[in-house]
Amino acid sequence: MGKITGAQMLIKCLKESGVEVIFGFPGGVVIPIYDALYDSDIRHILVRHEQGAAHAADGYARSTGKTGVCLATSGPGATNLITGIANAYMDSIPVVAITGQVATHVIGTDAFQEADITGITAPITKHNYLIKDIKELPAVIKEAFYIASTGRPGPVLIDIPVDISKGYIDENLKADIDVEGYKPTYKGNPRQIIQAVKKIQESKKPVIFAGGGVTSSEAAEVLTEFAEIAHIPVITSLTGKGVFPDTSDLSLGMAGMHGTKYANLAFTQTDLIIAVGVRFDDRVTGKLSEFAKNAVVIHIDIDPAEIGKNVRVDVPIVGDAKNVLSDLKTKYLEIVKGKISPEQAAWLENIASLKSKCALRYDRDSDALKPAYIIEKIYELTKGEAIICTEVGQHQMWTAQYYKFTRPRTLISSGGLGTMGFGFPAAIGAKVGNPDKTVIDIAGDGSIQMNVQEFATAVSNKIPVKIMVINNGYLGMVRQWQEFFWNKRYSHTNIADSVDFVKLVEAYGGTGFRVKEKDEVESTIKKALEIDNLVLVDFWVEREENVYPMVPSGSAIDQMIECD
Amino acid sequence: MSSSHIISVLVENKSGVLAKISGLFSRRGFNIESLAVGTTDDEKISRITLVVKAENHSIEQIVKQLHKLINVLKIQELDPSNIVERELVLIKVNSDNNTRAEILEIASIFRASVVDVAKKSLVIEITGNSKKVEGIEDLLKPYGIIELVRTGKIAISRGSKK
Ligand SMILES: Cc1ncc(C[n+]2csc(CCOP(=O)(O)OP(=O)(O)O)c2C)c(N)n1
Ligand SMILES: [Mg+2]
Repeated sequence: MGKITGAQMLIKCLKESGVEVIFGFPGGVVIPIYDALYDSDIRHILVRHEQGAAHAADGYARSTGKTGVCLATSGPGATNLITGIANAYMDSIPVVAITGQVATHVIGTDAFQEADITGITAPITKHNYLIKDIKELPAVIKEAFYIASTGRPGPVLIDIPVDISKGYIDENLKADIDVEGYKPTYKGNPRQIIQAVKKIQESKKPVIFAGGGVTSSEAAEVLTEFAEIAHIPVITSLTGKGVFPDTSDLSLGMAGMHGTKYANLAFTQTDLIIAVGVRFDDRVTGKLSEFAKNAVVIHIDIDPAEIGKNVRVDVPIVGDAKNVLSDLKTKYLEIVKGKISPEQAAWLENIASLKSKCALRYDRDSDALKPAYIIEKIYELTKGEAIICTEVGQHQMWTAQYYKFTRPRTLISSGGLGTMGFGFPAAIGAKVGNPDKTVIDIAGDGSIQMNVQEFATAVSNKIPVKIMVINNGYLGMVRQWQEFFWNKRYSHTNIADSVDFVKLVEAYGGTGFRVKEKDEVESTIKKALEIDNLVLVDFWVEREENVYPMVPSGSAIDQMIECD
Repeated sequence: MSSSHIISVLVENKSGVLAKISGLFSRRGFNIESLAVGTTDDEKISRITLVVKAENHSIEQIVKQLHKLINVLKIQELDPSNIVERELVLIKVNSDNNTRAEILEIASIFRASVVDVAKKSLVIEITGNSKKVEGIEDLLKPYGIIELVRTGKIAISRGSKK
């Protein structure tokens, strides 16, 4: 029987797990792995900072539904992945992170570039492994992909000491996987489902609340069918954007701190929430004791720990969203048959009038360059078909508000961790996974500087991502809080003197444009979309524009600050 | 209301597992009152017995979070009214010719055994539930306890069910 190295076995197992691309950065203890990669047809994208690799793997996963893979060396390479791993963990994204480790016999001696990465990442991974015996390698790789991508997805880290990747192993060693302690529940309990249908039948003012779990389980289609058959309006979380078309009459958009007024009011008035794949984050619920006080709650989630964690639940259903929603739809058709009561018809009228009365608004007639105007133009010019990534801040909220998402996996945004610097490397990952789609990072001038080194990755690997910088010269979201709640004391949020972004992108070999006038917006976006290279458009927007509505932190969500 | 909960967890006997479990508690702001670990009849499986003070709602959440750890096989929250619980305690207490007899008397009442005798001290071993342990500790205090070591509580449910 032939022997191969641990590193070769790793690559073989990655291929068997369906891996097509790895985002990574080399270093001492992963040289054996890089050597094995040299002969492999797995594509490797060399990033310029390991954080970029982790976010790119995340963006690849969010946009394709496949598991993203990143690779880094021990010590600083591994610790540079941390933010990216935590980000994937918070939004339940399947990522496998592979790190090199010092040789097994020096682990624990503070050897050069040693870091206890399995210890460090225990709270931010779904699971992690330190491989101590080369024979475990095939099974661990297989398990890691299985665990990362099933149940409630999440990042899994595999730490591989250098003597193991250099060691030899029987080429045909079979992966003998053992995950006795891991048994996600996929089917919803039929009695609970009937119970849920009864609650829906009794409800006069139902809403559906859909989140990222709907995307993970590929349940957007059945969710949409169900909402339409049962005539139930749909509210989404940030990570749920796209699971239900924003263009539908039944869509209420996103709720919460910067949600639409009508979504927040609908939550306050509803008597039934059908929550699917959401975790009732505080950015959505506002003050918990005031949240949806009159509502019965049906909560569908694959993770039992989410049910009842923040909001009291009347009908818990543990299961995969797609399975549960199809069963729910079938039972609903059997029992209710899509007939709606006069009360529910009145609720739908009320929703329609809320939508027209409380529409999102900004000063459209102003000559100033307004961020919302730019987002609307990006929507129009991409016909809503682009994959939109964002950084974190005001520009992110404007994107969620003004771009109309109609399909899942088209908004790639850091929800739970709120990571500045995520969007651009995520866009690189998304473009690698979707070479035929337009991929745009809508960025803030602060955030884009956090992973700006990845411009090189995009240019040298020919990954033609577009960056639209909503440049307000501020860490705008923080400035907005300072304006509202801290007496306009703009402590350390003015970053107007940062850099000339156009020159910067040109220095990396990309193309840059600057837009200061409203009437240049459309033509410049068009140009940017046509260029087959990294393009950055630097929009100098009105500096102190705010995101409205806004629910102050800790307030009930119907207590919104609105624009005049 | 906050009360003590005894949680018995079956885990895969692999390195790092205990750290993952104890980390889960500390991260969520729980203080572990006692913890005992040992292999079961199957050497690939260990049992961890934890005593934690917490509100019912938070204990429910932490048990759910424990379930999510891949290395955790089974979790039981033991009902204090239907278990046998034991803890082993070693107490080193001051003693001299004047007090030795009295201390031996106390030990025998509690059916504790003396496992080391020196000129100025005695080591007493006692097994039992918390009440019994606290009882003897109270009586020995006046002589001066030099050191006290407890194993942490272990527990098993009554009857034939696993
Ligand atoms: C890594 C990181 N550091 C700090 C923050 C806190 N923060 C949230 S939004 C924001 C401002 C972002 O500024 P910019 O990217 O220019 O976006 P804008 O709000 O101006 O649109 C900051 C500092 C964060 N979310 N992430
Ligand atoms: Mg800014």
